[in-house]
Amino acid sequence: MVGFVVVSHSAKLAEGVVDLARMMARETPIAAAGGLEDGSFGTSFEKISNAVDAVYSDDGVIILMDMGSAVMTAEMVIETMEGRKIVMADCPIVEGAVTGTVSAESGSSLEEIMEDLEQVGAQKKL
Amino acid sequence: MNTEKLIATIRKVGAKIEAEKDFLTELDNVIADGDHGINLARGFGEVDKKLDAMADKEPGDVLKTVGMTLVSTVGGASGPLYGTGFMKMGAAVKGKAEIDVPSFLEGLQTAIEGVMQRGRSTKGEKTMLDSMIPAKEAMEAKWNETQDAKASFAAGVAAAWEGVEYTKTIAATKGRASYIGERSIGHQDPGATSFTMLLEIVAGEV
Repeated sequence: MVGFVVVSHSAKLAEGVVDLARMMARETPIAAAGGLEDGSFGTSFEKISNAVDAVYSDDGVIILMDMGSAVMTAEMVIETMEGRKIVMADCPIVEGAVTGTVSAESGSSLEEIMEDLEQVGAQKKL
Repeated sequence: MNTEKLIATIRKVGAKIEAEKDFLTELDNVIADGDHGINLARGFGEVDKKLDAMADKEPGDVLKTVGMTLVSTVGGASGPLYGTGFMKMGAAVKGKAEIDVPSFLEGLQTAIEGVMQRGRSTKGEKTMLDSMIPAKEAMEAKWNETQDAKASFAAGVAAAWEGVEYTKTIAATKGRASYIGERSIGHQDPGATSFTMLLEIVAGEV
């Protein structure tokens, strides 16, 4: 099954998104990589690398990020893991995590889930 | 500049960033998330620990290690950006026992391209590029004219400070400061400022 990593500047936010996604998709591997090692705000190269390792399988991993250094650091982690199937999704992280994990749990491939996630940003709530 | 001189220079850069971390953080506080100085100081603190073991390495390897350490330890946008810059510069001077002005300029150009790509950014967006690009252009022009390293670096530092002043006149369209947009006008960019401080330290060692 495709795995997910949620990267945020905030540890609480990343963990919260993971918890929220697990409410609907109980089996999908998803890991939080939020904040720095000492608990302060920021994005940690090591935390992201470890989170990818924790959920990785041959089906691949999708990374959801908040902004700025979360995007750039995730990108650098991917570059150091050359040969592995890891992609970043350009979508809101809450809606993306729920949509993506539910889709993964129903057996979708990484490519199919990425197509689902492309729609997420365009969806209107009202 | 050989490895010994490069290591000594990087330590001085680290000391400067440490000394200015509150100022840089304050600049960042006004327009963004207020972590620039603290983050960079933490990164250069970790860099400092790695430098002792680098004495027998070539300058390109030292720069690569500095970059990788910044990426892993900074925790904010300056980590991947400065990290990419140092790593690109390291790759550009690979195999050289000394970095001279032409190879520094080549390295700086590669670093600029790396930062542009990593940050998906360009000149005029109120970022470090607004001091990096004019500095490189001024250094190159002065070098071609005089072949004088000191004069070239002095021209680069002057252009970099002008770049910092320029960032006060424009709104941020990249990075966290872009969220406050027009209200960022009037404030100088922390990244452009820290790059200029870094270049000033290097210039003092030439």
